[in-house]
Amino acid sequence: MPHDGSGPTTRANWSPYDNNGGTVLAVAGEDYVVCAADTRMSTGYNILTRDYKKIDQMSDKCVLASAGFMADAVTLKKTLKARCTTYEFQNDKPMGCVSFAQMLSNTLYYRRFFPYYTFNIVAGLDAEGKGAVFTYDAVGSYERTNYSCQGSGQGLIMPVLDNQLKTVSPLVLPAQSSATPLSESEAVDLVKDCFATAGERDIYTGDTVEIWIINKDGVRKEYQELKLD
Amino acid sequence: MALLASGNVSAAYIPDRDERGGFNFDNVARNEMMSQNGLKFKAAMKTGTTITGVCFKGGVVLGADTRSTNGETVADKNCEKIHYIAPNIYCCGAGTAADTEAVTGMIASALELHRLATKRKSRVVTALTMLKSHLFKYQGHVGAALVLGGVDINGPHLFSVHPHGSSDSLPFATMGSGSLAAMAVFEADFKEDMTEEEAKEIVARSIRAGIFNDLGSGSNVDLCVITADKVDYLRNYECPNERTYVRSKGYDFPPGTTVLNRRNFMTATAATLPVNQIVDIIDGAPEDVASGDAMQTD
Amino acid sequence: MSIMSYNGAAIIAMCGKECVAIASDLRFGINQQQTTAVDMKKIYKIHDHLYVGLSGLATDQATLAQRFKFRHNMYELRESRKMRPETFANLVSTMLYEKRFGPYYAEPIVAGLDATNGYKPFITGMDLIGAMAPTDNFVVCGNNEESLFGVCESMYKPDLEPEELFEVIAQCILAGVNRDCLSGWGGVVHVISKDKVITRTLKGRMD
Repeated sequence: MPHDGSGPTTRANWSPYDNNGGTVLAVAGEDYVVCAADTRMSTGYNILTRDYKKIDQMSDKCVLASAGFMADAVTLKKTLKARCTTYEFQNDKPMGCVSFAQMLSNTLYYRRFFPYYTFNIVAGLDAEGKGAVFTYDAVGSYERTNYSCQGSGQGLIMPVLDNQLKTVSPLVLPAQSSATPLSESEAVDLVKDCFATAGERDIYTGDTVEIWIINKDGVRKEYQELKLD
Repeated sequence: MALLASGNVSAAYIPDRDERGGFNFDNVARNEMMSQNGLKFKAAMKTGTTITGVCFKGGVVLGADTRSTNGETVADKNCEKIHYIAPNIYCCGAGTAADTEAVTGMIASALELHRLATKRKSRVVTALTMLKSHLFKYQGHVGAALVLGGVDINGPHLFSVHPHGSSDSLPFATMGSGSLAAMAVFEADFKEDMTEEEAKEIVARSIRAGIFNDLGSGSNVDLCVITADKVDYLRNYECPNERTYVRSKGYDFPPGTTVLNRRNFMTATAATLPVNQIVDIIDGAPEDVASGDAMQTD
Repeated sequence: MSIMSYNGAAIIAMCGKECVAIASDLRFGINQQQTTAVDMKKIYKIHDHLYVGLSGLATDQATLAQRFKFRHNMYELRESRKMRPETFANLVSTMLYEKRFGPYYAEPIVAGLDATNGYKPFITGMDLIGAMAPTDNFVVCGNNEESLFGVCESMYKPDLEPEELFEVIAQCILAGVNRDCLSGWGGVVHVISKDKVITRTLKGRMD
């Protein structure tokens, strides 16, 4: 076989991806947003660590939660954070949540044919101070919603959120608020229950759930124990 | 001719083909055809499992977790993996759930008959030989990995049996996806001639090692302690994995929440009727009674 | 594509206080594309207090339902009594395991009340080769088990009265098929209690 590039090339067993499991979830309210993720990182039937934080703050009122392949998630977050810092220096203000959401989409699509194997949710407050949740696929298609869930527990949690948080379609005229009707504490209550449910049935979700709550007063965190098995 | 015409020949009882037993391969050709048309076979439920056993002075202790998985979701949070073989013999099963249940059930039945025929207590080696010859016959296609333990006339015995039919006689044994985690506990702390309490403790600890460190294993610890004069089946001996949070608001669906279509009806059951009274019970699919006199519930 | 999601199905059974409920969706699709019928119940009545739900390949559902009913009828003729739910579940399990190496592509759920034991609820799920998993809370099966597990795990409560149990199982089946393209089109729920069976059909998304 000539090595001049004319023959077919095959690379045996080249698999650069892994799935480290984990679930991320976000719920937007009228004046708050709740973003949560479990802290288990696993591969196959093994737990790599019980204390891996999947949520990172990207700018003032904007966090990014990623499930999927953690090596890709780390790289992605490093790139995005650098861009946020550059943006802040150049524009003398932190990057807004909506702008960040667009930037994440661009960053993901840039790798259209060798994607970051991550499943992301952006949660934050928009320019009016309303809760905003953006949900993505691995190659950057995204949508603003009022709640979303991604990762290994998605199938378990999503129908529960649908049932509890279903609101008016954003296409209905005149426009009505699509934020969840729950209060902040009720939303946190629901999020904890959803993770307890996922922890019961999904082997990749467990240990602890880390909950970020962003409102006009700033950012705060809560933790809830999950099952360890 | 006359012979054939006589209607007095009582037919020997020919069992229904459904009653003959053994495996049936009728669907194999059809399924093969379907898979050639691009349909994928569905894998049977496998149990990622931790099962262990240990011999101690005067008996054996068997242990198992209680999670049964279907891919990455938990199909049953509290299943039983320690199966009855004989009054003095029990067997933990890992692998394909249906195979472990069926193979232990069949051997339990065969041993029951064997006891009636021989009028003797079953021996563990008898169970072992029956299990392993069945598994060997099916060349690993019957996917059962077992830990067999019991006490008989020759004292306590513990065996591990692999799906292809090989077996080991051991002082302590582990099987399933959590076997390495569990084996670590035994390798560190096993002693000869432990007391019953020590044996229960180390087995429970080995199962917990599987439950917490192997994602295929989880939920509760089941134990079974077999000695010469008694058997203690300790179902849910430890429950270290209770749900950690329940929504304080709860999920409330007051009557009338669900939107119904029109076809709703009530059917009387046999329990409603006096015994032996023949009544037309309204039966069948909703359509059949849409115009009938079924009671409307709303 | 998996054989098990060729036609699409979603089935749930739940235990309540002196009652059981069993629910299924109504869609019958072919090859994941086409919705062929929108009134196909996947729940079959064995006797007044015993129902079996079958998910998976529709042809095997039909065959199995007939064979189960046949075996039950033979038992009833021979023994002059109805089969107990547990007995029936064991029959189903052995019938499926008989075809261990050439299985029927259907997963059953058995739900019933045991008339010999004070009408005690009994439910069990099974895989396609008959591994039984009896429980005292809920069982699900279908091509989107995860969604069904999620809603049931959240919303199920023990010891519900028939009317409460109906609302919970109805909400569970509707929420569970909401994002599933292969099942849906409304549902049917049977709530089985000692002296009556209440059947209701649910209005759901028609897409």
